[in-house]
Amino acid sequence: MMTMTESVEIISAHRQDAIVIASQSARAPWMKVSQKETLDIAFAGSMSKESSVGLGIALARPERKVIVLSGDGELLMNLGTLVTIANQAPKNFYHFVMQNGVYAFTGGQPTPGGHAVDFAGFAKNAGYAGVYGFDTAHKLSARIGDILSETGPVFVSLQLEPETDLGVSAKGPFPWRPLKEYLHGLRKTLTVPG
Amino acid sequence: MTSESILHAATIVEALKTNGVSHTVWLPCSDTAAIHEAITADRTLHSIPVCREGETMAIAAGLWVGGRIPVVFVQNTGFFESGDSIRGIGLAAEIPMVILIGYRGYTRHGQTKDSAARFIEPMLHTWRINYYLVECDADCDRISKAFEEAEQTSRPVAVLIGKECRPS
Repeated sequence: MMTMTESVEIISAHRQDAIVIASQSARAPWMKVSQKETLDIAFAGSMSKESSVGLGIALARPERKVIVLSGDGELLMNLGTLVTIANQAPKNFYHFVMQNGVYAFTGGQPTPGGHAVDFAGFAKNAGYAGVYGFDTAHKLSARIGDILSETGPVFVSLQLEPETDLGVSAKGPFPWRPLKEYLHGLRKTLTVPG
Repeated sequence: MTSESILHAATIVEALKTNGVSHTVWLPCSDTAAIHEAITADRTLHSIPVCREGETMAIAAGLWVGGRIPVVFVQNTGFFESGDSIRGIGLAAEIPMVILIGYRGYTRHGQTKDSAARFIEPMLHTWRINYYLVECDADCDRISKAFEEAEQTSRPVAVLIGKECRPS
């Protein structure tokens, strides 16, 4: 398995100008490595809906790549999103699930099914164009460039260690900006010329 | 029944197009099935069916971030299911969004036995979401008022569809 930090470092190194929506469980590690915060949404507020927001952005801006980082607990809360996304088939959509088997946000309680849940199988059967799974940073690093060049929607399942000290706790210490600022700010970036 | 009291699906679709709607994000409702059919048949509206209603507000928010004009369309039961999306995205993130709500169980002059109908207006008041009622073609200018209000206030505004729609 790999750590959350290892995985987001690899994704960040290959994102280019992609929009990235990092879920409640991935936002702290992501924001520590991101070099392009104006293209980021550190999602919070409606747990599990990061992929739905990402789908809307991908459909609205087909010329921009959209990367969504979902936690496993989050995706379990909104599994239908896989079918909704596959049905729309956005070619610019790249969906990662960070499967650490715990609710890191609330203190590390186990998610139902933990690492046994086959998210890649769900995505494949929902109809994603490409589906991958990686359990080491080395394997992910070797393929990430090609995967982000593929036609979406693409799904990538990452097997992560069950860390709980990710700085993602609801009690801090990361200084969170409200979701409103991210959504309104990204709209400005995407729609205001110049 | 006079022609003035009829609600046609085509009138609602025309109102959406008048307000520049680009995408409809929806889950069907039996009372408004004709509207869904009309939306799906209209090639100028991008149709996004979902698996559960809580997805709709989040997808609509993403479309708005990308510069599009979405409309959400769910039944009152679906509105109840969507509580945390309405709270955390629509209201807290201040997204201008029109939500068409099929008013299942609404009986204008009779006893309202369906709890889905009895609770929807109190719920909208609780959320402080303003709403308009549409029962016939002549009411459809209220859809434009809802779009104007959503834009001016940067908040969700609801339109209750209070009558079963007829096809065009």
